[in-house]
Amino acid sequence: MPAVEGLFTPDEDEPRLIGGRVPGTESYFFPKHLGGADPRVGPVELEEVLLSRRGRVWSYTTSHYPPPPPFVVTTEPYEPITIAAVELEVEKMVVLGQCVAGVTPEDLEVGMEMELTTDTLYRDDDRDYLVWKWRPVTAAEPGD
Amino acid sequence: MDEIAVLGAGMHPWGKWGRNFTEYGVAAARDALADAGVDYSAVGFVSGAVTVRCGYPGYVAGSTFARALGFTGAQLASSYSACASGATALQVARGQILSGACDVALVVGADTTPKGFLAPNEGDRPDDLDWLRFHLVGATNPVYFGLHARRRMDLYGATTDDFAMVKVKNSRHGAHNPNARFTKEYGLDDVRNSPVVSDPLRLLDICATSDGGAALVVSSMEWARDRGHRDPVRVAGISTVSPTYPDPVIDLPYLAADSLAGSTSATVGFKESIGARAYTEAGLGPADIDVAEVYDLSSAMELDWYEQLGFCAAGEAERLLRDGDTAIGGRLPVNPSGGLGAFGEAVPAQAIAQVCELVWQLRGTAGARQVDGARVGITVNQGLFGHGSSVILRR
Repeated sequence: MPAVEGLFTPDEDEPRLIGGRVPGTESYFFPKHLGGADPRVGPVELEEVLLSRRGRVWSYTTSHYPPPPPFVVTTEPYEPITIAAVELEVEKMVVLGQCVAGVTPEDLEVGMEMELTTDTLYRDDDRDYLVWKWRPVTAAEPGD
Repeated sequence: MDEIAVLGAGMHPWGKWGRNFTEYGVAAARDALADAGVDYSAVGFVSGAVTVRCGYPGYVAGSTFARALGFTGAQLASSYSACASGATALQVARGQILSGACDVALVVGADTTPKGFLAPNEGDRPDDLDWLRFHLVGATNPVYFGLHARRRMDLYGATTDDFAMVKVKNSRHGAHNPNARFTKEYGLDDVRNSPVVSDPLRLLDICATSDGGAALVVSSMEWARDRGHRDPVRVAGISTVSPTYPDPVIDLPYLAADSLAGSTSATVGFKESIGARAYTEAGLGPADIDVAEVYDLSSAMELDWYEQLGFCAAGEAERLLRDGDTAIGGRLPVNPSGGLGAFGEAVPAQAIAQVCELVWQLRGTAGARQVDGARVGITVNQGLFGHGSSVILRR
C-alpha cells in the first residue's frame, strides 16, 4: 500500500502521480490538495488528473547522511540515497522523488529522460509501504 | 517609503551553548539598548521573532523577551516567517513607528537549536508538506541546496572549487568577528576533504545550526533627531514578498514546483523579486550597494544571490568571486560578517544579525572586517514556505 494515500496510483507497471488541475486550463498542482492555487483564475474546485509518467532531470543530489524521522532508514549501514527533481513532460512541473536503488549522481545529468516507478519505502511485519521513485529511461528496457 | 532610524544593534555570540533561548535574546536586547543609549522604559513596542523549537515561550517570543526584561506595558507582537522572521519583526516595528503608534521599538530574535538536521514537528502529519518531504523523499534542507548547486554547475559551469572558495572567503571574514561561532580560516583543501552531505555540496559548504541572539533598537527619524542622533543608520527598505505564481523553481519544503504548461509569459523569479522590492522601497539599485549580507545556507547559494540581487548578470557570479570583488577590499564585499558559514543558522535571529552587521559597517565600527566607506548595504535571506526578506540600510 502507498506510504501516504492519495499521492500516486500504486500500479506496479505504470504508476502515476495524482495531481490537480484547474478545469479547462493547463494549471496543474501536486499534491492536488497541497499544491497551491492559480491566482489568475477565480475560486474553482480542482479536478483530479493523473500526471505524465515521464520527464527530464531538472537537477539531482544525494543525502549522504541518514535523514531524520519521519524518514525511515531501511539500510544498515545507511546507504546514501539519490534524489532527482524531474520536470514532467506535459505539465512542465518539477517534481521531487528518490531515485531507485543503485542510481548515483554519476548516472544522471540535467535533461536526461526519467520515468516514474514505485518501490518499497519501508516495511513492517504486515506489509510493504510504497512510494514513487524516479528511474532513468533506458532504450534497452523491455516494453519500451 | 518613509525611513526609520536604527539607534542600536546588539548580539549574543553564536555557538552551541545549549541554554534557554531567552538568555540570548535578553543579552542581545541589553546590548542593543546600551549601544543606542536608550533607556528600556522608552521602548513602546517589543517585536519578537518566533522560534518554533523552544515550546510555547518561543511562539510568544515578543512576550517572553519583554517579561524577561521586565514588563512595562509596552505593546507586543511575535512574528514567524521561517528564516525571514527577524526581518518580519523589523517590518512590524517599522509599521508601528511610521503609523505613530510608538516612537521606539525593540526587535529581538533568538534560538536554541538541536544538533543535526532541522526536522519537522513530530507525529503522523500527511497534510504537512514539511513532514511529507522528509517521510517520502528524505529531502532534508541540504537536499534542496544540493539541487540548486548542481543546477548552477550545469547551467553556468560552476565548479565545486568555486563553492569552496566562497567558504574560504567567508571564513577569512568571520575570523575577525567576535560574534561568529566558527572563526577558523579554512583553505580549499579543508573544504575539498570534508565529507559529502548532498552532492555536490560537502560539510563545509553547508551552514550549521546554532544558538544565538540579535536585537535592534529602532525609532522614528524625528525621535532620533530630537535626541541628538544627527546621522543615524536608516532603514530605507524592507521586503518580505511572497513568490509570484507560477514559480517554476522547486524550493523548501515543496514536493513540486508550479506548472508552466499554461504560461506563455516569462515568470518573475522569487529570489530576484525579494531584492527588487527592497530596491523599489529604497529608491536605490544594485549599483548603489557598497556591502551585502546574503543568506549562504550553502556556499553555492551565495553565488546565486550575487545574480538575484543584480550585482552581475546570470552566470557571472563565479567571475566576481574569482576576481575578489566580493571579498573585503574588493568592489562589493559580500558577507563581511563571515555569513552563515561562520555563524551557523539561528533561525529567528539570523535576519536581524544580518542587519546588525550592516549597522556596524555603515557606522564604520566593524574593526578588522570594515568595508571602507560603506554608505549603503543590503541584506537578503530565504526561508521555507515561500518566505524571504531583504533590508536596505543607508547613512
